[in-house]
Amino acid sequence: MSITAETAYSSSSAANIRAAAVRRFAFTDSLFHILTRLSAALVLVILGGVAVSLVAGAWPALSTFGWSFLVTESWNPVTEKFGALAPIYGTLVTSLIAIVIAVPIGIGIAMFLTELCPRSLRRPIGIAVELLAGIPSIIYGIWGLFVFAPFLQVHLQPFVIKLFHGVPGLSSLFSGPPYGIGLMTSGLILAIMVLPFITSITKDVFDTVPAVLKESAYGIGCTTWEVTRRVVIPYTRVGIMGGVMLGLGRALGETMAVTFVIGNAHRISASLFAPGTTISASIANEFTEADGELYTSSLIALGLILFVITFLILAASRFMLMRIERRAGS
Amino acid sequence: MITLIRSTALAAMAVALSITTVPADAADITGAGATFPYPIYAKWADAYKQETGIGLNYQSIGSGGGIKQIKAKTVIFGASDAPLKGEDLDSTGLAQFPMVMGGIVPVVNLEGIKPGDLVLDGPTLADIFLGKIANWNDEAIQKLNPDAKLPDQAIAVIHRSDGSGTTFNFSYYLADVNADWKEKVGVATALEWPVGLGAKGNEGVANNVAQTSGAIGYVEYAYAKQNKLTYADMINKDGNKVEPTAAAFSAAAANADWSSQPGYGVILANQPGAESWPMTAATWILVYKKPDNPDATADALKFFAWSYAKGDDMAGALDYVPMPDNVVKSVEEMWSKDIVGSAGKPLYAE
Repeated sequence: MSITAETAYSSSSAANIRAAAVRRFAFTDSLFHILTRLSAALVLVILGGVAVSLVAGAWPALSTFGWSFLVTESWNPVTEKFGALAPIYGTLVTSLIAIVIAVPIGIGIAMFLTELCPRSLRRPIGIAVELLAGIPSIIYGIWGLFVFAPFLQVHLQPFVIKLFHGVPGLSSLFSGPPYGIGLMTSGLILAIMVLPFITSITKDVFDTVPAVLKESAYGIGCTTWEVTRRVVIPYTRVGIMGGVMLGLGRALGETMAVTFVIGNAHRISASLFAPGTTISASIANEFTEADGELYTSSLIALGLILFVITFLILAASRFMLMRIERRAGS
Repeated sequence: MITLIRSTALAAMAVALSITTVPADAADITGAGATFPYPIYAKWADAYKQETGIGLNYQSIGSGGGIKQIKAKTVIFGASDAPLKGEDLDSTGLAQFPMVMGGIVPVVNLEGIKPGDLVLDGPTLADIFLGKIANWNDEAIQKLNPDAKLPDQAIAVIHRSDGSGTTFNFSYYLADVNADWKEKVGVATALEWPVGLGAKGNEGVANNVAQTSGAIGYVEYAYAKQNKLTYADMINKDGNKVEPTAAAFSAAAANADWSSQPGYGVILANQPGAESWPMTAATWILVYKKPDNPDATADALKFFAWSYAKGDDMAGALDYVPMPDNVVKSVEEMWSKDIVGSAGKPLYAE
């Protein structure tokens, strides 16, 4: 009798404890839910805030120049006539050069590290790549100005200019005087700067390919090239694209290194060796001394354009990925 | 035990507070603006602090930034290499006075050409920066330098990419001597350059000229000297060939009519005088005539008066040129007349 009463008592208290525990779990869970949702919402709020303040700051310039702001090359602080064409051109061209050079090299390094590299080399090369990513951009700028640009000026540019002299198209793309700094130099420095991003992300996604997939491909007699080309890359293309986009994002917005080596001239030249400017370099160079509302506002409008360009490129890459996925699925 | 810890902490806090209140009595003077005079302001401030215990917190953010900051009243004084116009001073209630001077020199990188070997005049210099003269063996340059062996080499023009009081003074001179420059490019701290490459800061221009064969640029004299660059002599307004020296900068200042412009806003470019260097530039200080914080402004004026009185040698050592005595006297008279506290009492007493 006394025993049954005790068990009854203990079982009911156990139920109470369990209910309390469940309530506690439910509470922490919903708290966690709210916290994560708030964090996610915060991103949207910050992004919206940036966009709104950019538009507000750029409004005087945009309302004065209208759409012609986008297609005017002139940037004249004296007459207060501003156009964004030259910085837009410089931003896109330098980023394009950087991506064209860095993507194949980055993927190549990642392939070597994951598929071909002897174990003893894997760590040193991996660490070297990460160190490259850790160097502050101002260091790249100084190195570019004092070491890389003079090297290009003395050794590479005169040679290239002479080589393509008289070749239609190429002769205007690579024409002198060899300043050493310019669009091409900036593109090369940017390529070095975005390379580690592309490499390390590509390497990480290559590592996610299930060993079984690769082994079965090797099993039916595929070469290493075929395994990488037919199995690894298709399996990881979303991740690779992510790495490329991250690199492109850095190239588009990079300021200090580019300011040092681009030549800072608001002009569009046919030659890749000619000085140019980018959106972020213009802002960094001119913001402190920009007097007058229209001047400051035009610089903020440049910032808005960079914001929009980055957004458009990200959206385009998402769209492209969606199409690839759909085709792969069907 | 807890009370012991608490009382120790309180005592420590009291000590810390009493330490911080000592400099708080003698608050630092705050200022912001032009980069060109920053080295000499820093040197003066250092010596002044040793003598009086009052420090200077000067942010060299550029002339435009200095004007913005003083208008926003976030600093006690602003500094600018480009003077404000009379109507701006009237509408904002600011007083303006020149603090120190320097010279802008054209620097070149040409094989076989040493400092003093090359002579240029204003119109030719303007044509080079317009891109109208694009080769070193151009007739116009050769005519000014009959004895020099000028190479058949393209001219690489290097200019400032950031907004700058140096560019303002340089373009003011070019516009003064060349109608084409005045019409096509104009005068400002930042320009739409017809040709050339932009480099950031005086040091950027100096470095790019040093690296690029066939280059020409313009920098503050101190940078040309420190980087051992080849500077060109100039033909001044009186038609004389002058070398960039402190004496030549002083001559331009002495020949200027300082009372002719409100706020001593005389640009020293192209001043008359046989010895005058044509690209001399002054830099100005801006303070409120009726400041919100009269004590701080009085402290700042004391510092400026001290710099005028005792800073000449330090300025000379850094290749700056002190203001002439008559200008200093006139500025101090203006202070004791125009800059007043809340009761209308002058903040500066001689």
